[in-house]
Amino acid sequence: MTRKLLALSLLLSAFLLGFSSSTFAAESEEDKTSFIMHHVVDSHEWHFATFGHTHVTLPLPVIVYSGDRGLEFFKSSDFQNHETHKFGKEFAHEGYFIDDHDHLGRVDGASFTELSITKNVVMMFIVIFIVGYVSLSAASHYKKNGAVAPKGAAALIEPIVIFVRDEIAHKSIGPKYKKYVPYLITLFLFIWVGNLLGLMPGAANMTGNIAVTMTLAVLTFIITNVSGNKDYWKHVFATPGVPIPMLLIIVPVEIIGLFTKPFALMVRLFVAITAGHIVILGFIALAFIFESYAIGLVSTVMVTFINIIELLVATIQAYVFTLFTAMYIGGAVAEHAHDDHH
Amino acid sequence: MDLITPGSGLIFWQLIGFLGLLFILIKFAWKPMLAALEERETSIENSLKAAESARNEMANLKADNEKLLQETRLERDNILKKAQEASVKMIEDAKNEASKVAAQQIENAKAVIETEKRAALTEVKNQVAILTLEVTEKLLRKTLSDEKAQKALVDEFVKDIKLN
Repeated sequence: MTRKLLALSLLLSAFLLGFSSSTFAAESEEDKTSFIMHHVVDSHEWHFATFGHTHVTLPLPVIVYSGDRGLEFFKSSDFQNHETHKFGKEFAHEGYFIDDHDHLGRVDGASFTELSITKNVVMMFIVIFIVGYVSLSAASHYKKNGAVAPKGAAALIEPIVIFVRDEIAHKSIGPKYKKYVPYLITLFLFIWVGNLLGLMPGAANMTGNIAVTMTLAVLTFIITNVSGNKDYWKHVFATPGVPIPMLLIIVPVEIIGLFTKPFALMVRLFVAITAGHIVILGFIALAFIFESYAIGLVSTVMVTFINIIELLVATIQAYVFTLFTAMYIGGAVAEHAHDDHH
Repeated sequence: MDLITPGSGLIFWQLIGFLGLLFILIKFAWKPMLAALEERETSIENSLKAAESARNEMANLKADNEKLLQETRLERDNILKKAQEASVKMIEDAKNEASKVAAQQIENAKAVIETEKRAALTEVKNQVAILTLEVTEKLLRKTLSDEKAQKALVDEFVKDIKLN
């Protein structure tokens, strides 16, 4: 086991080369660890590796909508220095610039909305494509063969579908679970595949981006509250069994509770995935800070170990997000036959 | 870009992408798949039920067979018993009949013998009578000369005849 881990670590250490030269060249300690934040956050370009002065990057579209100028399309390399591949205010293009923190700005300071296809958007499209392709080929198996034993993609997807349906949806939502199963399966697969692909070297930290987790949490929030029945709203605005003066305190708490639930979902997934990436990259950064091959070897062993844990976290977080979504929906659609037991 | 400030572009594209994925998968993947799964589950359940009922039926059939066999055995025993009884009775009857016939024959034979005996006796009596007559005649011829002797003789004869 240890030998396999070491062998795997050495193999993976090859990916460190992608960071090495530019980072080794950096002078201050801050510069040596800056690649961590650079990886964790979204970006206007997809940077894979730098070999000496050669930057392996994928320029991405920058799309801007502003009231006065309408919809405009650029590409991220328009805003870069062609030599150093660095963004900066001085490389403004047609009135826009991307600063050295990868923020899009307008030279004249007027307001605009950014709809760029960033690194995480591309990553998300890849995830959507994979999830869609695998799920549709799984479904085609049933269309072709009818209700027989699964094979191929169906054998991969079917256990997940059954798990989400029986263990998550049915147990947490109750008798009305069927309507919510498709959303829960899609949610689970999207987060799971996103988490797993995020662990690939050079991939984007898509499910560890707060915009992504926020959108998913908002969808859950909408579905939960749209599904809410009379009992659910009664529980919020006229909590049964509570004296009227107490309602003054309870009702605001309940209303805040409506929002804290999806907020917790949003933060949990964002933190779990981003923290995992930061830990892995932190161990890699140790090698650059100490500028030692020995530390490099040790940190690669640690990175491999953390990566294996991250595989687990990827699945657990997808499960937890789906499970909590199901539980919130379950709370909203549950029929309370009794009100005196609260 | 910032760590905790959600980017508007990402939200926009994710809403489009994720909702698109959701609707496509619901329509073309999850609905047919869940239906197929349900169909398979019900078919498995039905098959199990059918197997169970077939097993029960089998057991019933076996019990029925056993019962039938038992009944048949009983009937066979009955028939054998009856046959035996019948044969015993027949033998008995035959024996009775035979002995009856034999008795009848013996009776008949006895009657015939009696008749024959009677006839023979009658014949003997007749012969004796004839012989007697002849003897008597001869005696009479010899003794008719003496009247007293004649009378005594007749008396004796008469006495003898009466005794007979």
